[in-house]
Amino acid sequence: MASVTTNAVSPATNQLTASTIAIWFGCLAVLLTALQYAGILPSWLHRLPESWIPPFALWLDAAFNFIRTDLGLEKLTRWFAEGPLQFMLDTTANLLYGKRRWPNFEQIPWSAIAAAATVLGYYLGGWRLAALAGGTFVWTALIGQWTIAMETMSVLMVAAPLAFVVGLGLGIAAWKYAWVDRAIKPILSVLQTLPFFTYLLPAVIFFKVGPTAGAVATIIYAIPPMILMTTLGLKKVSPEVVEAGKMSGCSRWQMLRHVYVPAARTEILVGVNQVIMLCLAMVVLTAFIGMPGLGAKLLAMMGSFKLGRSFEIGVTIVLLAVTLDRLSKAWVVKLPEHFEKGTPWWKRHKYLLVGVGAFAFFTVLGIFVEWFSEIGRRQSWSQGKEIDTAIKTFLAFDIVQGTTEKIRYVLNVWILNPFRDFLLSIPTSAFILLVVAGALALGGRKPGIYAAVFFGLVALTGWWDRSVITLYSVISAVILATLIGLPIAILAARSEKWSKRTLLVCDTAQTFPSFIYLIPAIMLFGITATSVVMSILVFAMVPLVRYTVEGLRGVPPEMTEAADMSGATRLQKLWNVQLPLALPTMAVGFNQAIMFAFFMVIIAAFIGTQDLGQELQKTLAGTDLGKNFVLGICVSLMALTFDMAIMTWAEKKKRALGF
Amino acid sequence: MYSPRQNFHQTETAGHIMTTDAPVISCKNVWKIFGNDPEGYLAKMPAGRSYDEIRADGYIAGAKDVSLDVSKGEMLVIMGLSGSGKSTLVRCFSRLHDITGGTIEVDGQDIMELPEKDLIDLRRNKMGMVFQSFGLLPHRTVLDNVAFPLEMRGQDRHTRRARALEVIKLVGLEGREDYFPRELSGGQQQRVGIARSLAIEPDIWFLDEPFSALDPLIRREMQDEFLRLQEMLGKTIVFITHDFDEALRLADRIAIMKDGVIEQCDTPDQIVMNPATEYVRKFTEDIDKSRVVHASVLAKADQTGEGDAVSARATIHDLAARLVAETREFIPVQDGEQVIGAMSRQEALRVLVGAD
Ligand SMILES: Nc1ncnc2c1ncn2[C@@H]1O[C@H](COP(=O)(O)OP(=O)(O)O)[C@@H](O)[C@H]1O
Ligand SMILES: [Mg+2]
Repeated sequence: MASVTTNAVSPATNQLTASTIAIWFGCLAVLLTALQYAGILPSWLHRLPESWIPPFALWLDAAFNFIRTDLGLEKLTRWFAEGPLQFMLDTTANLLYGKRRWPNFEQIPWSAIAAAATVLGYYLGGWRLAALAGGTFVWTALIGQWTIAMETMSVLMVAAPLAFVVGLGLGIAAWKYAWVDRAIKPILSVLQTLPFFTYLLPAVIFFKVGPTAGAVATIIYAIPPMILMTTLGLKKVSPEVVEAGKMSGCSRWQMLRHVYVPAARTEILVGVNQVIMLCLAMVVLTAFIGMPGLGAKLLAMMGSFKLGRSFEIGVTIVLLAVTLDRLSKAWVVKLPEHFEKGTPWWKRHKYLLVGVGAFAFFTVLGIFVEWFSEIGRRQSWSQGKEIDTAIKTFLAFDIVQGTTEKIRYVLNVWILNPFRDFLLSIPTSAFILLVVAGALALGGRKPGIYAAVFFGLVALTGWWDRSVITLYSVISAVILATLIGLPIAILAARSEKWSKRTLLVCDTAQTFPSFIYLIPAIMLFGITATSVVMSILVFAMVPLVRYTVEGLRGVPPEMTEAADMSGATRLQKLWNVQLPLALPTMAVGFNQAIMFAFFMVIIAAFIGTQDLGQELQKTLAGTDLGKNFVLGICVSLMALTFDMAIMTWAEKKKRALGF
Repeated sequence: MYSPRQNFHQTETAGHIMTTDAPVISCKNVWKIFGNDPEGYLAKMPAGRSYDEIRADGYIAGAKDVSLDVSKGEMLVIMGLSGSGKSTLVRCFSRLHDITGGTIEVDGQDIMELPEKDLIDLRRNKMGMVFQSFGLLPHRTVLDNVAFPLEMRGQDRHTRRARALEVIKLVGLEGREDYFPRELSGGQQQRVGIARSLAIEPDIWFLDEPFSALDPLIRREMQDEFLRLQEMLGKTIVFITHDFDEALRLADRIAIMKDGVIEQCDTPDQIVMNPATEYVRKFTEDIDKSRVVHASVLAKADQTGEGDAVSARATIHDLAARLVAETREFIPVQDGEQVIGAMSRQEALRVLVGAD
């Protein structure tokens, strides 16, 4: 009993001291900053002296070298890259775009793939999905992007199944053995916050440049959600189903194979959906290490400011993403249905037969009519030039140009630059104290300690200024996103219909590979800091709006009805009932917005930033693995600090509200 | 005054076939404690600790020093409020739970000693279980669900299909073989559960509240169905319910549980007539005793009556009209051809009007 009472009381005292400490830290930070402004702060409190900074990069390099050469890991990875992986990639490449490799077929005609996709779409989700799936492939072919799209798909088709298998296996292991779970958890949270550039360089070094490295980076990137969904699903299998399996005399393997995995089908398939979507997002991004395909083309087109072609490629990527997402989601909800007794064989398998038939028909047709097999560059309906001119004319209109100019000016001169300079002017010590104070106030003791350690490490890496600039982009974009997104979400949540629509838009937008978000930003604001913030803003707004709507709609009706009966006005109801109850869910959205922002800010390095992302991108050209990792870890540590503080807060609030 | 065993021999009145072999399931001083370190706790626990004291120590006693035998061909019904440990006890019998203390023997074999392989064999060949919320595999058709235990023991596709169809027919689901569980009603799903548990022709059949997820009309229908099956198959059955009427309809013996302890295990007649504890008395208070008590229970061997005898297997309720019209003080009771004694009319009338 005694232990129970102390347990019940201690969080409260913790809380008390944590918030008091937070206030003290906050005051101290203000004091330090004031001293700095007055010019009497010792310089080591402002920025760590160079001489104090340990050569992390060198140490890491040494460690990597040891693993690579002395432990012979490189031999193994190179063998894998040049052997089985290369073989699989070559095979899909041969089938999809006719690369001269085993099995040395001609490329599969585009019309055959489009036809098969249409039938699959119809089978999974009726006419709408059929139109979407068929339309996507027809568009891709007609617009003259078949080959680059298939280059991307050929990697995806190798990476997604491999990520699935590895994720499933690790997920099962983590579910079965507690120690695997304990070992994997922290690695997963770091992996999920690690900037993607940090995946790329090790992949290049261990698995050589080009598609193999791209495929490996993609696989690693897509594994974590598969692991999480697998364990989640397996844990959720109903105990009676498990007992029924045991009473049926299943051995352990039979249990897993015939009971657990099939019963966790839904979660596992949701994992498959996420694997596919992350693979697509990552494959596009691997353009940065020279992977050919849609991403590379988009990168090149945006680099040379060919907006029309960029737009077309963007549409292709979006269509592919939405198609893959909808097809795999439809598969999740597609449950088997029985056939009446005596249904003939061909009727039971009619979709398969029609699909194969259509595929064969167009394959044969392609042999006789070239157009059905391949659409050459010159035959394509691409309107790149025209769209380009249209966009550029549109942008040159006085109103448009005036507006974008004004936004850019106001944002840059009045908001962004002063904010950045202010953040940079805060002494490192004060900054860390502030962050720790925030984490303490939000999450309590544990997140506070982690915040101190994590930000302390960031300071010790010597990349402080760049880290602060990264943070500045993230914070300003998320604040702007909140200012814009919150009212939208609150308005949308007022009616069922608009909530649904908004959620659909968010769901769809979330399937777009992050790269896509750069296109409109660059179109409107050119290659400027404003574009960076704008692209992050839009990207981060999606989860924010989504969770806010979900949170507000999720408020139990009896509570809003109680408020109505108490005679609350709409605003009173919103302020006193709905928002407080929705707050934990909204916090999750806010957290995701920050995570998304950290992700996007690194990609925005492509536009030209002065932050960690820029440095990271530079490392890709070389073999500076140590530096690459240090930079990546900086991003990861900052993101994790926020993640921990906000999520702990949300959990606490949820529990307090009794959800 | 009555030992369960003795009573059990008298329960031929309930109408089921019984033999007197060694018990099929025999458990002695069985403990099942949930918590962090149940073995360590049980070893150190002072004797006679109550359920609430154990709970205060941070453990839950699912089964508390339970000793019980189940004979071949018997239908034992376990009753009790929810949380009283019924499911826990049955899961100990099939070793879905490992017990914390005591021994459980099935056909003379201590099941806690069984290595995994033998345990699997035991379940593959001797035990069947039906679950409250069915526990069907959602991705398999009715046929594949029913054939599942056969598949697990490696029977070939043809035999297992034939056998599965046989049991599906037995439970009245023919024509639905290709349906998936979610396409069936609750009652039909439970039939699938029953068919699956019967597919391997088990000797021992566990049913954990099989009908409580069903609505009352279907429940009644399923009980009849179940009785029909039991008449045909004559298995050893442990049946859990929290519905007294259900228990009375089915049971040879009823075990009443509270807080992990079996308060009384006896024939329905004895439970109603001679409740062992206050709790059991409260539990049976609202029962119409005349529908439960048989003439045989009231028959006193040392009395002899005159005139026509009544059947030992008739309930007092069955005899109501006669009892009211009678004038004899003692009425002979006969089981089959043999007169086993006579019952007092006064006593019978008291049971009839519920004056006890
Ligand atoms: N796996 C378990 N872990 C911890 N406690 C359990 C577990 N299973 C059952 N219990 C507890 O044991 C007690 C008896 O449960 P159970 O046998 O399911 O009751 P019944 O079937 O009679 O409703 C309950 O208090 C329940 O909470
Ligand atoms: Mg139960």
